[in-house]
Amino acid sequence: MAAGPLKVVASFSILGDMVKNVGGDKVRVSTLVGPNADTHTYQPTPADAKTLAQADIVVVNGLHLEGWLDRLIKASGYKGPVVTASEGVTTRTMIDADEGGKKITDPHAWQNLSNGKIYAVNIEKGLAQADPENAATYAQNARDYTARMDKMDAWVKASFNAVPRAKRKIITSHDAFGYLGQAYGVTLLSPMGVSTDSEASAQNVGKLVRQIKKENVTALFIENMTDPRLVENIARETGVRPGGELYSDALSAADGPAGTYLDMFKNNVALMTKAMNRP
Amino acid sequence: MIWLWNIFCAPFAEFMFMRHALAAVFALALGCGPVGTFLVLRRMSLMGDALSHAVLPGVAAGFLLYGFSLSAMTFGGFLAGLGVVAASGLVSRLTPLKEDASMAALYLISLALGVLLVSLRGNSMDLMHVLFGSILAVDAPSLLLVAGVSTLTLLALAVLYRPLVVECFDSGFLRAVGGGGSLAHMLFMALVALNLVGGFRALGTLMAVGLLILPATAARFWAAQVWSQALTATGIALLSGYFGLLASYYWNLPSGPAIVLTAGCCHIISLVFGPRQGIAAQRFLGKKPA
Repeated sequence: MAAGPLKVVASFSILGDMVKNVGGDKVRVSTLVGPNADTHTYQPTPADAKTLAQADIVVVNGLHLEGWLDRLIKASGYKGPVVTASEGVTTRTMIDADEGGKKITDPHAWQNLSNGKIYAVNIEKGLAQADPENAATYAQNARDYTARMDKMDAWVKASFNAVPRAKRKIITSHDAFGYLGQAYGVTLLSPMGVSTDSEASAQNVGKLVRQIKKENVTALFIENMTDPRLVENIARETGVRPGGELYSDALSAADGPAGTYLDMFKNNVALMTKAMNRP
Repeated sequence: MIWLWNIFCAPFAEFMFMRHALAAVFALALGCGPVGTFLVLRRMSLMGDALSHAVLPGVAAGFLLYGFSLSAMTFGGFLAGLGVVAASGLVSRLTPLKEDASMAALYLISLALGVLLVSLRGNSMDLMHVLFGSILAVDAPSLLLVAGVSTLTLLALAVLYRPLVVECFDSGFLRAVGGGGSLAHMLFMALVALNLVGGFRALGTLMAVGLLILPATAARFWAAQVWSQALTATGIALLSGYFGLLASYYWNLPSGPAIVLTAGCCHIISLVFGPRQGIAAQRFLGKKPA
């Protein structure tokens, strides 16, 4: 096997963090789609192809999250193993806003910590196969990591259960929280038509305002890529202020509020429950 | 008669964002009507379109440096527009290349530069927002900007009215009597740039020019004097905004395009049915072109 740490390329920041936790100092992780970037629409650079070519193992999410990755792998000439972290998770479907309302598999499976555990195990298996010498270390790291995920999961469940069912709703312009909503009993209202890529119609904005008022939602979250002015307008009209910044598809910078996968949950859930508990 | 109110007024009564959008359109119409009329009269309609693309790198640079900051994007866009106007004027003075060709060349360069700048920091979504804006997202600063631009436009036009009118119809005469034609021209182009930049936040750079040109081209078929054409253009712009917003509300259409397409319908209707040399008027009333 290769001398020195295993060179792992992870497709995006959340996976990169998981690999770091499972691999420890036995791996050197490069991430293609960095913090605060959009994995869906990422445009790979020639530097990425070079990184891939030199990798020992590649970890991807799968579920069609990284539409650009197959071509990149072909272009780079990488012939090694590809670990699909989401293998074995129970998926759900969602409406694809981009493709005009088609039903697709929701790729954001990491937003449920039970799936996160499956990710960690898949990553551990992949690393152990590529680097059998350190398999025991990987197994131990994975056990520790999943134990920490269990603790976080318990905290998340307790936080949401403390919110009365009727208030457990959030409006967010990003569609990444489906698994979280399903796993933890949170109703997600997405502003229809008020997405990042299409221009809003007065009808949809009006419907959303009515919906917020009718369902008495107090948790409104601006996704950092949507036009913030429109969401501000909606907030002003309904008296509901945006509740902060949620991290769904990418981690923040390392020194930010969601620099790791677990920190992301801590940040998101704290903000969500705080907003939900507002009168 | 309550049903009339329900259809035509209720959406605005119920939603603040609809009222703000209408206010923004009203302010825009006041500025775009007169400026657009002069553009059309001076045969500079396409230049107006080119200028709307030319402001993009300025807006993009403002966005790149300061994010969604209104003042940065507005100032940047305005500077870029002025720059292109000044440059094309300079080029046409120093070389045989005529102003329309150099304007075309410059706006293409500007547009590509703008797209490049936006891709550096943002992604195609941000580009869409910069290009298309949204009248449903006007906030207080944007409203103030649009209202300020219109006020400034009306005041400036009041001062520049005589030289502008003369330059429309006989620029040689204006030069002969030393009427400061080129100064009026530069100031007027600055006003065009200002109105485009003011409109880009509400409608986006691509659509703002629609509200500038279409009401003016439509007005030409109804009114015979410069002042009455300007007034008609303002009225048509306002109606387009109002009915465009209602169309967006009732038929679930994106708001910017809905407004501009309504203006487009006004244009076509005026073209066909306008009493002043419209197609129908020429056919059935046998009027000779005045």
